Amino acid sequence: MTHLHKIVPALFGAMLGIAGILPAAAVDTGLVFVSNERSNNIAVIDPAKDNTIVKLIATAGRPRDMSFNQGHTLLYVACGDDDVIQVIDVAKLEVVDNIPTGRSPEMFRLSHDDALIYVSNEETSTVQVIDVASKAIMFEVPTGAEPEGIALSSDGKTLYATSEVADMVHVIDAEEGVVMENVLVETRPRRFIQPSDAEIWVSNELSGTVSIIDLTTFEVAETLEFLPPGFRAVDVTPVGMSMTHDGKTAIVGLGRANHVAFVDIATREIETYVLVGSRAWGTDISRDDKVLYVANGLSDDLSIIDMESRTNVLTLPVGRIPHSVVIDD
Amino acid sequence: MTRTLRKALAGIAMAMLASAAMPVVAQPAPAAQAEAAEHVKIGYVELDNDPRYAAAGAFAGIQFYTLARPFTGAEVGLDDAQDIGRLLGIDFALEKASADSTAALTETIAGWVDDGISFVVADLPADALVELADALAGQPVMLINVSAPDDALRGEQCRANVLHTYPSQAMLTDALGQYLAVKNWRRALVLQGPQPDDALMVEAFRRTAQKFGLTIVEERQALLTNDPNAREQSNVALMTEGVDYDVVFVADHGFEIGRYVPYQTSLPRPVVGSAGLVPEAWTWSWDQDAGAQLQHRYEDKALPYRMNSGGWAAWVAVEAIGSAVVRTKNGDFDALRDYLLRERLNLDTVKGNPGSFRSWDHQLRQPLLLATPDAVIARAPFTEFLHEVNDLDTLGVDAPETQCSF
Repeated sequence: MTHLHKIVPALFGAMLGIAGILPAAAVDTGLVFVSNERSNNIAVIDPAKDNTIVKLIATAGRPRDMSFNQGHTLLYVACGDDDVIQVIDVAKLEVVDNIPTGRSPEMFRLSHDDALIYVSNEETSTVQVIDVASKAIMFEVPTGAEPEGIALSSDGKTLYATSEVADMVHVIDAEEGVVMENVLVETRPRRFIQPSDAEIWVSNELSGTVSIIDLTTFEVAETLEFLPPGFRAVDVTPVGMSMTHDGKTAIVGLGRANHVAFVDIATREIETYVLVGSRAWGTDISRDDKVLYVANGLSDDLSIIDMESRTNVLTLPVGRIPHSVVIDD
Repeated sequence: MTRTLRKALAGIAMAMLASAAMPVVAQPAPAAQAEAAEHVKIGYVELDNDPRYAAAGAFAGIQFYTLARPFTGAEVGLDDAQDIGRLLGIDFALEKASADSTAALTETIAGWVDDGISFVVADLPADALVELADALAGQPVMLINVSAPDDALRGEQCRANVLHTYPSQAMLTDALGQYLAVKNWRRALVLQGPQPDDALMVEAFRRTAQKFGLTIVEERQALLTNDPNAREQSNVALMTEGVDYDVVFVADHGFEIGRYVPYQTSLPRPVVGSAGLVPEAWTWSWDQDAGAQLQHRYEDKALPYRMNSGGWAAWVAVEAIGSAVVRTKNGDFDALRDYLLRERLNLDTVKGNPGSFRSWDHQLRQPLLLATPDAVIARAPFTEFLHEVNDLDTLGVDAPETQCSF
């Protein structure tokens, strides 16, 4: 069983060229994609056209996390109500394929060679490993209830998953599908960023904090507490996080506190808070580190932040309950 | 207990190898895990013929699925705890006892205490709860009240060995009172049902009215009868005429009067309290803050029943115990009790604000939901009402006014 997943992708990978998806070439369109949980679509925004919505891609029910393949020719989107990860051709802006998952997929990662999908199934308390080419479920790893955030180490050997109910980060051997460590963090851990191979950051929604886990000891080495001026600790509910491509700055979406925090990754200093919309979760940063996009789940809009001046320059209505945002650059 | 639990926690990686790798095709017996597992049992007690649930199937034999007992909620809590326990080598279990008297329950619990049970989830009416608490005083066991809203249990009749996850009557009427104040629906006509609990609910509403600047226009008694001579106390149109008001507040735990008040009032006014807009710890239509996921876990076990306030209170009680066991890495009663009572408990209520127990009366702080049968209209507390420490303490009896001394 444990070796099967190494063989099968190779086999089906070879077949892909014949029978699989042949996406049209699409390179750095610059388009911004926002998944709208309750509109069941993805709003496609063109920054080059004055940030207008150029297309609404209809998806299966409750689209949430999104991820590009390495070449950005395909965009995968997890649709929680229909238990499927849909595949969108970035050039055509159409759904071209469906990959069935367990119940209520929320967040996922592709393996570095795009062959496997690691997906958390919120309602079955598992992380599934799915072979993209064959759509076969290679194995599943039981987790605490409501698994959410998924991260993959740079060598592809270690998988990290949060359990929102268990207050844990599971450290999983990605090849064997075995949980190696469980790190207790704070209340309702949600998402990850990985500033280096030595540490991983996890947002704790109900503690208003980010735990920094040392990956040699598997212990929480440091905890960042967020509190924008004028807010109560209980309003601060961090979920989505992003890193600038230069590795210097972390962005933390503070949920009900309607702000994002800018954190200096090296010094851990919380540099500033920027006002955005209501329940700011999903975030992404343009490749040139000049623009930050924030999906505001309860005001149905997208905040566009100028990274240099650290101000909200535009708020764009996108759809009902925007969840995640990704940029094709 | 402590020693073996530590051993279990130290041996996590070993246990994991056997238990966590679950191939789709087969599930090998987790031998190493069974060896390392620490057993944590949680008690659950209820009365066989608890009159509070009589209405559940009393209307011409038609079942009211909203009036389920809390036990399924505890089972969902157990599942959640077991998910975590499996990873840490802790084996959680529920022991349930149902009896026709508190004396019988006292005996059962005494046996459980010898067996290492430290927490007992209690679905009991107020008088039975106090009796049981007094009978168990001094023993290393805490009761967790998951169904009695009585303010006296958090006031003059409070007991040090009782925690309350079910909201107090004062919290429930305060949630409603805040909403009425925010809407500026400040004049209320009160209809009081025939049960003693109805009188307590009206008493709580009087306190709420004073706290949030509402006016009780008049209080009227409502009876469940077809007696023509009593029609002014049983005909809703007659009961609600002769005065003006913004809302009708109805207190009726029997449910049979209250459910007929909306749309039958003399004036076209909304109904709140036991019918119409009802303050709840939980209702099936709450879908935010992972509410839908909890809902589904409950429905997987119990459809057509859906989680209600008691079910939620039982779920959160087991969640609290589970998290105390996991976080303290220690099965000692004192350590678990101290953990639960700490100010920064930060318990996930699945209603937004995290919960913790008030030190002055052992009541779980929590947001409350104002619900119609189909939707959650609003969540209390409201931003218009702030508290110097924790906004959740705008609901219910705050430290300076408590009548409780342990």
